[in-house]
Amino acid sequence: MSNIPQKLQYTKTHEWIRQDDELLTIGITDHAQTMLGDLVYVELPEIESSFDGGQECAVVESVKAAADIYCPVPGEVVEVNDAVIENPQLINQDPYGKGWLIRVRPHDQKGSGLLNADEYSKVVASEAH
Amino acid sequence: MPFIPHTEQDVKEMLETIGIRKLDSLFDEIPESLRHASLEGVPPGISEMELGRLMRERAQKDGNMLCFIGAGAYEHHIPAAVWEVATRGEFYTAYTPYQAEASQGSLQLIYEYQTMMASLMSLEVSNASLYDGASALAEAILMAIRLDSKKHKTSVLMPRSLHPHYRDTAKAIIRQKHDKIIDVPYLKDTGKVDFAALQKLMNDDVAALVIPQPNFFGVLEDVDQLTDWAREQGIFSIAVVNPMAMSLLKPPGQWGKEGVDIACGEGQPLGIPLASGGPYYGFLCTRKSHVRQMPGRIVGRTVDMDGKPGYVLTLQAREQHIRRAKATSNICTNQGLMVTASTIYMSLMGPQGLRHVAALCHQRAREMKMELTSIPGVEAVFTAPFFHEIVVKINKPADQMLRELARRHIQGGYALKEIYPELGDCLLICATETKTTEDIKLLAHHLRDVLEGRKLACPA
Repeated sequence: MSNIPQKLQYTKTHEWIRQDDELLTIGITDHAQTMLGDLVYVELPEIESSFDGGQECAVVESVKAAADIYCPVPGEVVEVNDAVIENPQLINQDPYGKGWLIRVRPHDQKGSGLLNADEYSKVVASEAH
Repeated sequence: MPFIPHTEQDVKEMLETIGIRKLDSLFDEIPESLRHASLEGVPPGISEMELGRLMRERAQKDGNMLCFIGAGAYEHHIPAAVWEVATRGEFYTAYTPYQAEASQGSLQLIYEYQTMMASLMSLEVSNASLYDGASALAEAILMAIRLDSKKHKTSVLMPRSLHPHYRDTAKAIIRQKHDKIIDVPYLKDTGKVDFAALQKLMNDDVAALVIPQPNFFGVLEDVDQLTDWAREQGIFSIAVVNPMAMSLLKPPGQWGKEGVDIACGEGQPLGIPLASGGPYYGFLCTRKSHVRQMPGRIVGRTVDMDGKPGYVLTLQAREQHIRRAKATSNICTNQGLMVTASTIYMSLMGPQGLRHVAALCHQRAREMKMELTSIPGVEAVFTAPFFHEIVVKINKPADQMLRELARRHIQGGYALKEIYPELGDCLLICATETKTTEDIKLLAHHLRDVLEGRKLACPA
């Protein structure tokens, strides 16, 4: 049973989003890090780069897979987590805390198409095989 | 795991088990219009005895030519032990090493190859090899373009004095991504890169500079100056080198103040026979910080469950079976057998042996230059220092000269006019350690004969 905190929002592609004042902090979920296995490498976007909602903005790599991370909403990157570049395992150990990936200033304030914890649980359940 | 073919009985039982009547049914999904043609044009086989005779007769027609052609593939003596060991069944028929527990022998050997190659280039990492020198350069260029963090540069500066096949191959491969090669001219007197022209060709779209050593003409470039200039410009440096020469000359990891970013080239000189042009292998080495953009297989060393050393293919998330369209390359193989032979060759020769061979080559090439340039009608074209190849201009059409020499059982060199028309009737001639003083005198004698219009005493 993966950990899905109630207070966060989610995407179908296994990113979590937390509202921090006017910025959004984004990472990958506990379910995602479990499926990927030990993370060994992270490629994060440049500060000030802009992305559309759903556009690839980062890559995380484990021993057996490389997964694209999609920016959940249109916005501009204002901060990236250098700690996970140094130590990708933080994502496995603390995906919702120290393992955050990027902070984005959204272009419009309404996040659309985001899931709540219950909706995301259903996504995870439907993927189980 | 040895290769054991199926018997007819095996095939029959397998077909019965899956419930089909004949092998052809396995291909039912392929549309009729695309099915293979039958092999009607192939004549029935001849006996082993007839075949042996046919091959012997053909081999005799090839003759026993004295070879003075270099131009990217070099004749060196290969100790008998190299291929004796490389053709052992365990190496010769080993499968690809994706299943580490069944491939420790191959993986260890490749790891040792990587270690030796990185050491020879004086760089931190090497991959497990690529197809050949030309495609290795293409991969190095794509790698350099990827390494640029902003990822918007699309050009590479490439000397015209680089091997023309390498240039064509690189162009063919990078053109698919709309990347471009900018030609850098060479100086007519020295044969080296025209540094002043290079500086004028630099622009914001350039990602890398390719530096050959030696270049196609055998000429040695000012590698320190070129490497430092590339770094000052903020572009990557890609060395294309003869690995044999690197045992004698300064290796790319030591060029300039900080060494090059990527080194590549053709591994054939290290224990691989000429074999009518292949198979050979390409090598690729780089700094550790660039390793994630390096294509090809990489073998790493680790420990197993019991703490014993073991070898595995590593960093596989670069490769296409995991990364798919974002992979560093579509290559998912290496030249396993060639690398095996080369590693055995390098182990047998050791660094001193390699250096000795390279020094002998240089000695022979200098002898050859002196002998040939003393012939009226023959002049050396370039003045710069060289390694085992020189360009000579002759006052007779080059292809005619080569035909005449061939009649005298000599492969006299490579005619440059087609690719470098500005050089006129020139030959690129190479002397390795396999040529004796007598061989060189023989070449000089026949060259002189042909230039002075003397016919052969009796037809060959």
